[in-house]
Amino acid sequence: MIQLDNLAIRSGPFVLSGVSLSIAEGAYAVLMGGTGQGKTTILEAICGLRTVIGGRVLLCGRDVTREKPADRGVGYLPQDLGLFPNMHVRGHLEFALRVRRWPTALIQQRVEELAKLLGIEKLLDRRVQHLSGGEAQRVALGRALSFRPRVLLLDEPLNALDETTRDRLCELLRSIQKQSGLTTLHITHSRSEARLLADQLIVLSEGQLAERPLADLDHMPAVPDETPCSPAVERRATTSRSPSP
Amino acid sequence: MSDQPESAAPHRAGSDVPFFAVMGGLGGSYLLLIVALLAADLAFTSPRHFAAALSKPEIQYAIRLTLVSCTISALMSIWVATPLGYLLSRFTFRGRWLIDTIIDIPVVLPPLVIGLSLLILFHLPIGGTNLEEQLQERLGLRVTYSQPAVVLAQFAVACAFAVQTMRVTFDQIDARPEQVALTLGCRRSQAFMQVALPQAWRGMIAATTIAWARSLGEFGPILVFAGATRMRTEVLSTSVFLELSVGQLESAVAVSLLMVVAAMVVLGIVRLLGTRVSR
Repeated sequence: MIQLDNLAIRSGPFVLSGVSLSIAEGAYAVLMGGTGQGKTTILEAICGLRTVIGGRVLLCGRDVTREKPADRGVGYLPQDLGLFPNMHVRGHLEFALRVRRWPTALIQQRVEELAKLLGIEKLLDRRVQHLSGGEAQRVALGRALSFRPRVLLLDEPLNALDETTRDRLCELLRSIQKQSGLTTLHITHSRSEARLLADQLIVLSEGQLAERPLADLDHMPAVPDETPCSPAVERRATTSRSPSP
Repeated sequence: MSDQPESAAPHRAGSDVPFFAVMGGLGGSYLLLIVALLAADLAFTSPRHFAAALSKPEIQYAIRLTLVSCTISALMSIWVATPLGYLLSRFTFRGRWLIDTIIDIPVVLPPLVIGLSLLILFHLPIGGTNLEEQLQERLGLRVTYSQPAVVLAQFAVACAFAVQTMRVTFDQIDARPEQVALTLGCRRSQAFMQVALPQAWRGMIAATTIAWARSLGEFGPILVFAGATRMRTEVLSTSVFLELSVGQLESAVAVSLLMVVAAMVVLGIVRLLGTRVSR
């Protein structure tokens, strides 16, 4: 569960205040809103990467407002991925587990499991500079999932991908979320991506978050950088989507 | 919207030769000055002068002390410059402008003033004693007018250049992977050691090299704080001064050329590493 209680966040010279939101345990929430509204700032505040000057952040019922990012147990996938240029793909999947001092055998087992899940078995010994856009997204996703976080935060994870790769990743995200029951918050500009993935739709407008019915996706104005998922995948995913909580 | 004139001839941009002539001419004039300086030095000296200079025990001592002191000063600089450059690059805090200004003082101040300030610092009376006396009493270490003063005088100036280099290095490294590392369970120190530092090695080598080269060229602070005693605190830059002061111009030029070679080797390493260094 993700809960924001009247949060005030400092972002450079600006302050985003009165931010409240509640995402049910195991739900896949999609956050939409115009460019520059502060979607990324909210995500970073949940991670602990932004200064919170008021209000509370609760994850799975625990107040983590004053906790360090490391202690929050949040899987975070930033828009620019933030891959480690000095590491191979395997190093990315192992990173959080090594920090947590998992036994080597368990780390290897988890890496193999993740690589299989994400379809990146053949990339494990590759440097991240030699990955395609879709491969890099999978590696970043694998790194975020590696330590079995309680919450997954995705900042426009499917941007800058071609349609086919985007479609595959949409399916992958949904199936992973279904399997693991992770509470997920996903920022996107794409209505089709939201239709495909969302259990819950949240819109940020003029600094205020508001939960809206999924049906509103059909009436929302198009965002300029929106790239739709192909109708074929949309149909497949729609039929396999679990009912909204 | 205005119409295109019907009688207008097709547009021709004209030659780029004047552009390159002016730019190349202005830039080349400085290049020419440096080459002329080196050529004049080479024309003035001969292999005989070179061999004679190198055979002097004083010059041999100066070469050894220069290599050792520059290396120690460069290593000390990188130890200080890496954390300082990282903190200044990554964090904004109240009073940062003051730290920026303080660090830039050795860069803008005449080196002689640094030497004088070091001398005053070590001999300023505090409660009936001074830093120099305390170091001698407690550690048996004599600083002023001895070899540690050479290293300290070099370090005081060279470190500022190393800090600038490391700051630019970390500015050029994306901070996002370190932030992700924090969310993955890292402490700040782990994110620094495992994510930032492995990406900064080129900058660290460049900063060490710059500090080494600056130390090699230091003269004023060494003269004031360490003196120019032969076989004791003489480094190559002071050798040039001492040889000149006793009228040994050929020997002074030979030592100067030795320093030019050392500087070119060091700067060549920087170029090879391909790191952009902002001074």
